[in-house]
Amino acid sequence: MSSTVADALDHEHDDHGPTKGIGRWLFSTNHKDIGTMYLIFSLTMFFIGGAMAMVIRSELAVPGLQFVHPEFFNSMTTMHALIMVFGAVMPAFVGLANWMIPLMIGAPDMALPRMNNWSFWILPVAFGILLSTLLMPGGAPASGWTMYPPLVLQTGDAFPFLIFSVHLMGISSIMGAINVIVTIINMRAPDMSLLKMPMFVWMWLITAYLLIAVMPVLAGAVTMLLTDQFFGTSFFLAAGGGDPVMFQHIFWFFGHPEVYIMILPAFGVVSEIIPTFSRKKLFGHDSMVYAGSSIAFLSFIVWAHHMFTVGMPLTGQMFFMFATMLIAVPTGVKVFNWVATMWRGAMTFETPMLFSLGFVFLFTIGGFSGLMLAIAPADIQYHDTYFVVAHFHYVLVPGSVFAIMAGAYYWLPKWTGHMYNETLGKAHFWLSTIFVNLTFFPMHFLGLAGMPRRIPDYSTQFADFNTIASIGAFGFGLSQLIFVWIVVTAWRGEKATDRVWEGSHGLEWTVPSPAPWHTFTTPPKARIAQEAFE
Amino acid sequence: MHENRSLTGRLLVLAAAMFGFGFALVPLYDVFCEITGFGGRTNATAAVVEEAPDLTREIRIEFMTTVNSYAPFELSSDVSSMTVNPGKMYFATFTGKNLSGENKIAVARPSVAPPAASEHFVKIECFCFESQEFAAGEERAMPLQFIVDPELPDYVDTITLGYTFYDTARAAANNPL
Amino acid sequence: MIRKSFLSLMGLLATGAAQADWALNMPRGVTELSAETYDLHMMVFWWCVAIGIVVFGVMIISLIKHRKSKGATPATFTHSMTAEIVWTAIPVVILLIMAVPAAETMVKLEDSRDPDISIVVTAYQWKWHYKYQDEDIAFYSSLARPSMDARRKQSGVDPNAVDNYLLDVDRPVVVPKGAKVRLLLTSNDVVHSWWVPDLAIKKDAVPGIVNETWFRAEETGTYRGQCAELCGKDHGYMPIVVEVVEPDAYQAWVDTRKNGDVAVANAAK
Repeated sequence: MSSTVADALDHEHDDHGPTKGIGRWLFSTNHKDIGTMYLIFSLTMFFIGGAMAMVIRSELAVPGLQFVHPEFFNSMTTMHALIMVFGAVMPAFVGLANWMIPLMIGAPDMALPRMNNWSFWILPVAFGILLSTLLMPGGAPASGWTMYPPLVLQTGDAFPFLIFSVHLMGISSIMGAINVIVTIINMRAPDMSLLKMPMFVWMWLITAYLLIAVMPVLAGAVTMLLTDQFFGTSFFLAAGGGDPVMFQHIFWFFGHPEVYIMILPAFGVVSEIIPTFSRKKLFGHDSMVYAGSSIAFLSFIVWAHHMFTVGMPLTGQMFFMFATMLIAVPTGVKVFNWVATMWRGAMTFETPMLFSLGFVFLFTIGGFSGLMLAIAPADIQYHDTYFVVAHFHYVLVPGSVFAIMAGAYYWLPKWTGHMYNETLGKAHFWLSTIFVNLTFFPMHFLGLAGMPRRIPDYSTQFADFNTIASIGAFGFGLSQLIFVWIVVTAWRGEKATDRVWEGSHGLEWTVPSPAPWHTFTTPPKARIAQEAFE
Repeated sequence: MHENRSLTGRLLVLAAAMFGFGFALVPLYDVFCEITGFGGRTNATAAVVEEAPDLTREIRIEFMTTVNSYAPFELSSDVSSMTVNPGKMYFATFTGKNLSGENKIAVARPSVAPPAASEHFVKIECFCFESQEFAAGEERAMPLQFIVDPELPDYVDTITLGYTFYDTARAAANNPL
Repeated sequence: MIRKSFLSLMGLLATGAAQADWALNMPRGVTELSAETYDLHMMVFWWCVAIGIVVFGVMIISLIKHRKSKGATPATFTHSMTAEIVWTAIPVVILLIMAVPAAETMVKLEDSRDPDISIVVTAYQWKWHYKYQDEDIAFYSSLARPSMDARRKQSGVDPNAVDNYLLDVDRPVVVPKGAKVRLLLTSNDVVHSWWVPDLAIKKDAVPGIVNETWFRAEETGTYRGQCAELCGKDHGYMPIVVEVVEPDAYQAWVDTRKNGDVAVANAAK
């Protein structure tokens, strides 16, 4: 047994290229291949979830029910959220982590390559199961991605499949997170101290700890739903002495850190890109690390701000309001540091930089509405309206998704060895930015004017802004096809240099473009490589 | 390799512990609710309290009864409200009736509003402590004995005690609604 | 069908500007607390605008001046303790300025003493039940018939032709002006949420739990709201209508309701 393992290990460290055919992908233990698979999977899910968003926006374009029944509409909002959160945004960041963390810290691969393979291949299974619920009697889950009982217990045959797929997503995320932590802690280039790590690596390290801390809690919560439904327990059933509100507490104990799981790696990506295109070092590297850690810590003590209307004692409301407002401080530090990085730099505006700047502007707007939502009495008005929908789409679409796009453009030449089409990239950015605002900005007004979320039809006074939002959504959806075209044709562009960007810095730019299948089989001297760029 | 394995092991233990923590939140939540009055939680077993009447203060107690629409019962309080002094023992009677033609077991789920009052509304004896068996068509009075803790915050002058009647058979059949 | 939707969509765009009922902001509402909530909302909003002007302003200046094409050479500074302390401390101060009035309003919201009327609100999938504690009045309140007919998929009824489409009920809640109305909320099935924007009240109705909230409407009128917590397929179809009337009109309503109930009961006999 041990000899076969040793053989396998030897084989991995062979300098031969990848095996041919489907086996390369099915049994891959190579961080670059797995990273590529994660990214492709994420893009696929982005379009599936996006198609569901198009169903939602079609139905909401004008008042009256035109296309779908209310139950299916609810399934669409539920599935759209689950797919975008667990299928698009999180796997995209794991994909970037797989590709870039070993390259950035000078490691030959991820620390646990076989687990890496597993954590990826669980995902298509999980989402295959989740998508199959669309065909089941009783329809796909329609209780919102928050899965609040008792409503979620009214799900039809899809119920156990929903729970099972959430379990699988959780297992995949936890394995991915363990891999990231072990890689970062144990496999850095010998002279790279923790505080010298690139910001993307730092933010991912924090994210990975958050994942390990909260994904199991979600698994616990959905397990309790399962036993309530099938095994006679009454965790959340009032009739049996349980409490439906308890689910909300447990869910949001997971759910709020989850929000930061989707944004901290985005912070990492833009913290890499802005210095490159400002030709200046990241301002306040250490305070960025501390700010990221504070955000992670605070995320554990603010969960009940999602539940101000649930009936909380005054002291509870006060605590959660103040704690939530505090998050604005470290988040502000991040934004100020990005601006200070640009200040007196020598900026150029290639596509990755444009997406990063779009990120800073629009994420900040999402941050502002977040601050407004923190004010408990005002939140009573905003809660469960389109104002909230506008808020979290601002932090997730021009926030996380723009950062993913920025990262993809930034590292694409390193992955493919060719420059992408810059003109099309810029077009992609400007169309995305215009349409994302057209889609989500009017939602602020809708929410303030009194439109609740998750409704398939609405009163006529909400018609105009809904129409605008729907037009924006279709525009945004179509603009993303440009991205697919750019990626597909990236292999035809001019050859990229090793350093790719004039201002790039860090170990990943010392390896050839495209990055060979095996890199850093002997540990690099990180400091020497860093200084070479200065 | 050895380092990787041990760190992986520790992280797996952490993940497993957090899974356990998810379940530990259930009893923790109960403790939390009893301390803060979150969720209108009141004591679920009989309490023993000394009387220490505060005759200077009057609190209005309102009773609210609901029957789950799948439970074939009626539930009503004999008085809709009463005015009480904190620290003094009071009795109230509720009447439950089985509307069906078969034996049924009901459970009453209590809840107190506002949340600030729930820890200060202390039940000495309550029909909600145990499930209530009703013969077909039976109607019967059920007792409540309670005391309002004098520590009740000043900004509360009315306490609502609500009971929802559920049919345990429906609950056990895992058809919560 | 698609053509029809498209036409109505174009029509909406054309007439959009002419429509007067474009609401951009939170309503100021008709209670003291709704006005306070509105003021809080505006205060935080203007703070955000101010911070936005500063941050985006600096960023835009930088984007214009510090670009390579303008011949900018990058500076080499990488940190500044002073700057970081300043932009940590200033937000803390601003947050404190916001937190104080917010906390004051929150305390008032929780003060449900001395109610004039108590109404038990029980949520059902998908309608509301109201029971006036002291008046022996109880009724269900569901989506009004005209909306009910128009809401069906491809019903052929133009929602614009229905008065208060999806925001009208068969039996509204009636309360007197100036009275402190306490609501006791619970649910029969899943979690719902009772929300009327003009009253600045939103409270979840949770099965097995009694929740409490209150309002005191200072102006007569009809105020509309909706269920705000996803509660199943007809979540969008369980509106709330509160009619605030003069106290004597309220008394008259109470009397007719009681007599009406008696009449109905007699007729049943």
